[in-house]
Amino acid sequence: MKLVKSAALAAAMGFAAMGASAETVKIAFIDPLSGPFGPSGDAGFKQWSHAVSEVNEAGGMNGADLEMVPFDNKVSPKESLVQLQKAIDRGIRFIAQGNGSSVASAIIDAVNKHNKRNPGDEILFLNYAAVDPAFTNEKCSFWHFRFDSHVDMKMSAATDWIAERDEIEKVYVIGQDYSFGKAVASAAVGQLEEKRPDIEIVGNELHPLGRVKDFTPYIQKIISSDADAVITGNWGADMVLLVKAAIDSGLEAPILTYYGGSLGAATAMGEAAVGQVMQISEFVENYPTTDEQIARIEDFEETYSENDYYYHRAYNAVHFLDMAAEKAGSNDPVDIAFAMEGMTYEGPYGTVTMRAEDHQVLQDLFVSTFSADVERDVEDTGLGWTASDEARIPASATAPPTSCEMERPSR
Amino acid sequence: METIVFSLLNGVIYGLLLFMLSSGLTLIFSMMGVLNFAHASFYMLGAYFAYSIAGVTNFWIALILAPVLVGLVGAAVEKWGLRSVHANGHVAELLFTFGLAYLIDEVVKIIWGRNAVDYRVPELLDFPMFELFGAQYPAYRVFILLVSVGMLAALWFILNRTRAGLIIQAALTHPHMVGHLGHNVPRIFMSVFGAGCALAGLAGVIGGNYLVTDPAMAVQMGPIVFVVVVVGGLGSLTGAFLAAMLLGLMQTFAVGIDASFADIFGWLGLSATSELGGITIASLAPMIPFLMLVLILMVRPRGLMGDREL
Repeated sequence: MKLVKSAALAAAMGFAAMGASAETVKIAFIDPLSGPFGPSGDAGFKQWSHAVSEVNEAGGMNGADLEMVPFDNKVSPKESLVQLQKAIDRGIRFIAQGNGSSVASAIIDAVNKHNKRNPGDEILFLNYAAVDPAFTNEKCSFWHFRFDSHVDMKMSAATDWIAERDEIEKVYVIGQDYSFGKAVASAAVGQLEEKRPDIEIVGNELHPLGRVKDFTPYIQKIISSDADAVITGNWGADMVLLVKAAIDSGLEAPILTYYGGSLGAATAMGEAAVGQVMQISEFVENYPTTDEQIARIEDFEETYSENDYYYHRAYNAVHFLDMAAEKAGSNDPVDIAFAMEGMTYEGPYGTVTMRAEDHQVLQDLFVSTFSADVERDVEDTGLGWTASDEARIPASATAPPTSCEMERPSR
Repeated sequence: METIVFSLLNGVIYGLLLFMLSSGLTLIFSMMGVLNFAHASFYMLGAYFAYSIAGVTNFWIALILAPVLVGLVGAAVEKWGLRSVHANGHVAELLFTFGLAYLIDEVVKIIWGRNAVDYRVPELLDFPMFELFGAQYPAYRVFILLVSVGMLAALWFILNRTRAGLIIQAALTHPHMVGHLGHNVPRIFMSVFGAGCALAGLAGVIGGNYLVTDPAMAVQMGPIVFVVVVVGGLGSLTGAFLAAMLLGLMQTFAVGIDASFADIFGWLGLSATSELGGITIASLAPMIPFLMLVLILMVRPRGLMGDREL
């Protein structure tokens, strides 16, 4: 009986979705759009909007136009839940968010709860940047899909890079004092221990999030520790100020970053950081790629002249959504979620797979270097990010096992 | 040893920068009895003006022109804004400066964008001054030190050794008497407000490229400046100086110390693996200003050198 009922419901939903196909499918974008982290959210929104317009030009998602709707959450988990409720009340059934694992964690809980209480009215969470490993491990949810490689995956790229270099004997880890920074630190220490037990961790420091103005004292500690390499997960202003102080104080060790491409970082680093600062990401602006991708980058930077192309994963997310909807023949979140599991997409930087077990994306990663010899610069500095083929780490090498035990809804 | 030398140098520079910012605020407070919430915004304006001017001409012209411009903006705000609000009491003035801070924030975002701008240290000063224990010391920091000390001396001289300083000091405590003696008190207020803002602007000019020039810089600096003024004693320049130095030194020293609670309180049986024992002194650094604020208000509400209760 129950089966019949849910089947009938699904059919009704599918029918409703078909009926609405001439209309638009909205995606709520819940991220900081004002305040100190405003620039990060704003850049993300532009990138998503651009990605969505691409799908719309190609005929939309099963014929329906996609539309991004911004909601400002001020990086606060509490505010995010208010905004999420607002989005739900407006009938929006796709949520995109990325900045802050604390926020993503709150949204996952809320989405789980909502979907349990409102069968037939499910919503889907597309996470494009919150990288706490827990979301695709012990905290995994059927309603959550992550389009960025998580902390441990990126760290395996960084530690591989270090492990190959015998001259590196001492490593210093510095990060922001919250769940993400701690995850980075423990991943770095754990993985280095395994790959190069001879390496000494000469410093493992956490500083408060967004409150340090002058990192010089920290840098001087790093210099006096004789570190041969520095690992940091810092983002936003913390990233910019850290590298700036490092350059000013003449720190010579390479700095491995997660977010060296943070808005404003290139400007602050300048020529002094060339060859010294590295970034682990799924996208490198100067890596050889397809003509379509170059056209896409150019079109984005022309449309939003203030920004540089950065969140490539927003395109991955939107294209996965579009492809899944086409495969399922429906714009219903449940059908899309099932269709998206295990799906692959031939992207301009290699094959991207959505692992079915934990809804974690698997993609090639790059250890890119800040360089002066680039075709495409960032922030009009004449400097930019480049990577060689050796710096490309195949998806398979970055894919850790998952502890996720996914609970799937019945179909 | 190297930790002490570096912490001392960095602490003094940070302290001087804080003092430059807070001196204007405390001057304005002692004169008008109003905490200027927009003070850090004038600091931000100074940095942005300097960035724009340095883009067209060079840093040295910006160093002089930008604080003057910020001072003029400040004077205009006092003349056409604060003065008419003044009639409605202190709360209205407070709310006015509060609104102004947001206004300046938004204007800055509209004109210069939401991202950090490329405001650089002038090439002439962009070299390592000397090398200490393997780390380079940038010449620009020494320059900040010199400018701050120069400003400190000039401020002291004007307030204590000139006729203008005499009148200002008199107007602070006895505005009516000064008025009756034939001085234009509103104009004195306006110029002090303007000068206070100009000082914040100067801090922005030399601090903007030392730190980062972005629309969040006012929000980040604001609370610290208030702590300096309150700890030093509202309205006291000497107090502000002491508090700024104390804060600067304490914060940098705390970062430099590698000890944790377990090392200090180990004799009490606190182990390094426990939650409390694992806390390092360095991680407490940013908490220090606010801890000082709370303690001072509890123990000595008028601040280190202040002469009136809050």
